[in-house]
Amino acid sequence: MKRKNTQIIGNLLFWGVVLLIAFYTLFPFYWAIVSSLTPASLLFSTPVKYFPTPPSLGAYKTVFGNPLFLRAMLNSAFVAGTTVILSLIIGSLGAYALGRLQFRGKALVRYTILSMTMFPAIAILGSLFTMVRSLGIYNTPWALILTYMTFSLPFTVWVLSNFFQSLPLELEQAAYVDGATTFQTFYMILLPLTAPGLVTTGLLAFISAWNEFLYALTFTVSLEKRTVPVAIALFQGAQQFEIPWGDIMAAAVVVTVPLVVLVLIFQQRLVEGLTAGAVKG
Amino acid sequence: MTTQVVSAPPVVPKKQGLSERAKAQERLSYFFLIPTLVVVLGVAFYPLAQTVYATFFDAKLGSAQAWEYIGLENYRRLLTNGNWWDAVWATVKFTVASVGFELVLGLGIALVVNSKFPGRGLMRTAMLVPWAIPTAISSQMWKWMYNDVFGVINDIFTRIIPILPEKIAWIARADTALWSLVAVDVWKTTPFMALLLLAGLQLIPADIYEAASVDGATGWRQFTTITLPMLRSSIVVALIFRTLDALRVFDLVWIMTGGGFGTETMATINQRNLIQFQKLGYGSTISVAIFVVIGIFVVLYVTTIFQRSEE
Repeated sequence: MKRKNTQIIGNLLFWGVVLLIAFYTLFPFYWAIVSSLTPASLLFSTPVKYFPTPPSLGAYKTVFGNPLFLRAMLNSAFVAGTTVILSLIIGSLGAYALGRLQFRGKALVRYTILSMTMFPAIAILGSLFTMVRSLGIYNTPWALILTYMTFSLPFTVWVLSNFFQSLPLELEQAAYVDGATTFQTFYMILLPLTAPGLVTTGLLAFISAWNEFLYALTFTVSLEKRTVPVAIALFQGAQQFEIPWGDIMAAAVVVTVPLVVLVLIFQQRLVEGLTAGAVKG
Repeated sequence: MTTQVVSAPPVVPKKQGLSERAKAQERLSYFFLIPTLVVVLGVAFYPLAQTVYATFFDAKLGSAQAWEYIGLENYRRLLTNGNWWDAVWATVKFTVASVGFELVLGLGIALVVNSKFPGRGLMRTAMLVPWAIPTAISSQMWKWMYNDVFGVINDIFTRIIPILPEKIAWIARADTALWSLVAVDVWKTTPFMALLLLAGLQLIPADIYEAASVDGATGWRQFTTITLPMLRSSIVVALIFRTLDALRVFDLVWIMTGGGFGTETMATINQRNLIQFQKLGYGSTISVAIFVVIGIFVVLYVTTIFQRSEE
């Protein structure tokens, strides 16, 4: 009987902890949604309302009616998408060499790439600024695509080379016996087999490029060139002195929803990629 | 092609053919690596060398004005600058506090999620969400929650659970601003920590615990004698990753406090000097100093790991 009681208490405690974790994790999102649906007149009044009564879509209308915000979404999609595609094309070649082939200097290259994945972006900010200026791409998406390669490419190479390494060795040996060249083996056999790895790596690289703030803030200056994080950070209201929190929260929700959907669909793969990138490091 | 691959017998190639292939492989490796190396050298190593070079000059960003060689003057100015040391101290406090909380909370969450219960998959997804959204957005969400008049945090602590006598301007007071930022960072990155530790937990074979239970070891004893030692390498990797990240914190501070109220960090002071004040030489010196501070942390971690593993 006593044993049963302690078990019940243990279970209650366990579920209490689970609920607490879920609350801590999710409450800020709940709050963003509530605030985005609360009409401005109620938002700036006390006591704070925990439910939007009556809910209003006014903030969403403002956000979707704001051409600069829509532009920022497009900019972000273009910058992050191009960065990922370039990283995957360039990176899969390098990752194949590092993960599958034998050559002198391999350890040196591996450690260089690994150290690059932990490189502090701020350390080269001034030099990149000078470079971006002299290339004439300041305040264009290309400034961001070029500078995002500093973190996106090493990350891609590192994670993909782990994927390549995990494939069975017999694959290549058999292909060589069949008379395939090393390049054919890479292109026709190994690359298709790493497709799941490419998806995972691409997703992770996309999220980090989509979320990047420091370079986006530094290398773009005009409103219509900004990416989403910078646009949301610098969101201005119609009145200069009033911060439009309802609109900001609506924008935050709009940007978060696609990411939540991505996470829901690719949960397993994201976790695998994240831990492969880090744990094996 | 695939069927041929599967059915092909494992033939060992002759030695001559192997070395021919080895040479071809090496050529191909270098060929495949060229694009990666060109990009890495071009957009990372060259700028890094450029940064170090610029520290010896009085140079203005984005100006045609000639650079004036001033030797170690930038370093002397930086090391005697009180604001810089305040920023270093604030960054270190921020890093130690947030990484410490993240480790404890992350470990707790990993242990909970590692046990089987209904809704576990859902829980894992919920954990990924704070990690996936841009820091700029989570900073704005929290900035609104921290609002001194209309913020929900003040409402909770003065009305729902009245433990505060009055509302607090959390991110506009020297005694609360830095810790308020720590709370946001913990919220944002604990899931990442938990996921890394969870991956480590799942590698521990279940029969070890069964054997320990048979021997009469309690839950706590199992945790300290089995779980923690076997998780050590996962913990170290997670700590290094998170520490390096926290030391260069920028978005969060820039958006929430703008570096005010004792929250100026190494990265915000650097960006301000480089871009706003356009001091290329002095700003580059700060960059190099950040590198050194991060290097010190890496050396600390690595030496403690080596000492421990030699035991």
